[in-house]
Amino acid sequence: MIWESWEAFWAMGGYGLYVWGSYAVVLGCMVVEVVLARAGQRASVRAARDLLEQETAHDATP
Amino acid sequence: MSAFMAVLQRDLRLALRRKGEVLTAVFFFVVVATLFPLAIGPEPETLRKIAPGILWVGAMLASLLSLGRLFAPDYQDGSLEQMALSQAPLPVLVAAKVTAHWLLSGLPLTLLSPLLALQFGLDAPTMGVLWLSLLVGTPLLSFIGAVGAALTLGVRGGEVLLSLLVLPLYIPALVFGSGAVEAQLSGLEYGAQMSILMAMLLLAGFFGPWACALALRIALE
Amino acid sequence: MENLRIRWFQWAAPQSFYPLAGRLWPWFAALAAVLTLAGMYLGFFVAPTDFQQGEGYRIIFVHVPASWMSMLIYLAMAFWAFLGFTFNTRISGMMTQALAPTGAMFTFLSLWTGALWGKPMWGTWWVWDARLTSELILFFLYMGYIALTSAIDDPRRADRAGGLLALVGAVNVPIIYFSVKWWNTLHQGASVSVTKGSSMAQTMLWAMLLMALAFWAYSIAMALYRVRGIILQRERHARWVQEVVA
Repeated sequence: MIWESWEAFWAMGGYGLYVWGSYAVVLGCMVVEVVLARAGQRASVRAARDLLEQETAHDATP
Repeated sequence: MSAFMAVLQRDLRLALRRKGEVLTAVFFFVVVATLFPLAIGPEPETLRKIAPGILWVGAMLASLLSLGRLFAPDYQDGSLEQMALSQAPLPVLVAAKVTAHWLLSGLPLTLLSPLLALQFGLDAPTMGVLWLSLLVGTPLLSFIGAVGAALTLGVRGGEVLLSLLVLPLYIPALVFGSGAVEAQLSGLEYGAQMSILMAMLLLAGFFGPWACALALRIALE
Repeated sequence: MENLRIRWFQWAAPQSFYPLAGRLWPWFAALAAVLTLAGMYLGFFVAPTDFQQGEGYRIIFVHVPASWMSMLIYLAMAFWAFLGFTFNTRISGMMTQALAPTGAMFTFLSLWTGALWGKPMWGTWWVWDARLTSELILFFLYMGYIALTSAIDDPRRADRAGGLLALVGAVNVPIIYFSVKWWNTLHQGASVSVTKGSSMAQTMLWAMLLMALAFWAYSIAMALYRVRGIILQRERHARWVQEVVA
């Protein structure tokens, strides 16, 4: 361990705002990316399901 | 070769019927060049320093504006499809269209540039280099821009999208073109910049029509 | 040899690629997580304080990997585009589109973290040096690709037009970088170097490399996950899709 205390760790020798700001933005962007991708996946599945329902309904009606 | 000339003559003839469009790009260049002194101030020393950049960016934007005319009219009336189906290789026809486009937009800009250079207080040798850099640079811009125009044919919001696509690709031409003029302005050698600009023109002139033809076929499918 | 080719092309069908991607992405995600933990540990608890830059230099553990990824992903996009034009497979266009958002994100992060690194170190949020300016132009290239593919309705045309744009862009990137570098040296602009002055301690380098690998694994996981959504969307009329979603 190279830090004297947790305070020193968070302070990052005075650069805390910049260092943790950077990491926060990186994490934030990745979270947003994952959320958007999952939403995209769900939308695609939903679209395919709707299409399936339409087609089975179509087949069902004589 | 004859196919090249045929398309070239056709495009020139068609454009001369719509002279207004040709002049729009030219006037845009003049207006943009006038805007900067109004925005920055008339101080001669400042203007002289920024003139190479402004005149080059102005020429770039004016050239960009006129790209919409390159393929869109032919696309809309079906003659582009005819060209794609014809016997002559599409890259040759594309090169002819781009040449015609340059003769109607880039060349007038180049010829007009000394007048605008006067407004910025550039001396004669610098004006000469500006003229030369635009003479080599504007065809380069036309060849690069043609690929973008082909990619965005018939696409929603095509004009703005075209700018976004093409401007990053214009940057090397801008850097070396305005760089050549600035070199002359500072009393330095401009040969290296001009050589690179000419090399880029050769590359773009050779590979551009080929990439453009591919983009056109993609758009026409 | 012919058998091998056929085996590879089998994976190129969306129907085969979908489950393959589904099996692979969790592994890459796990790899990314492990590498991140290792890299962050090394970077924050082992790597020493920099002599010149104090603790502020620790931003490079995300800044440099993000830059590398932004360029690597663009190359990957161009590679898939090239495959698409050579072999005319549908999956190539889908992979190119799946890679783009992650690439754009890393380009943005590279610029953002670069600014946050630059402000305490050199006093300004932005410096017109060759690397950062090229990174900014790369961001425009990504935006152009995304804008073009979003604007074209027909997916096949979007794939092919985007692919050509990616290829043209990739060819131009060295030219752009060269011209920006020339522009920068001529005007004696600032030159921000990651290793300027201080020599990189071994642990710093290792932490950076681990984080770069972590980002690389993350990108692959993200692209594979995203391409599945694209495949479902494009192929939703196919029988196999309907069986999967039912």
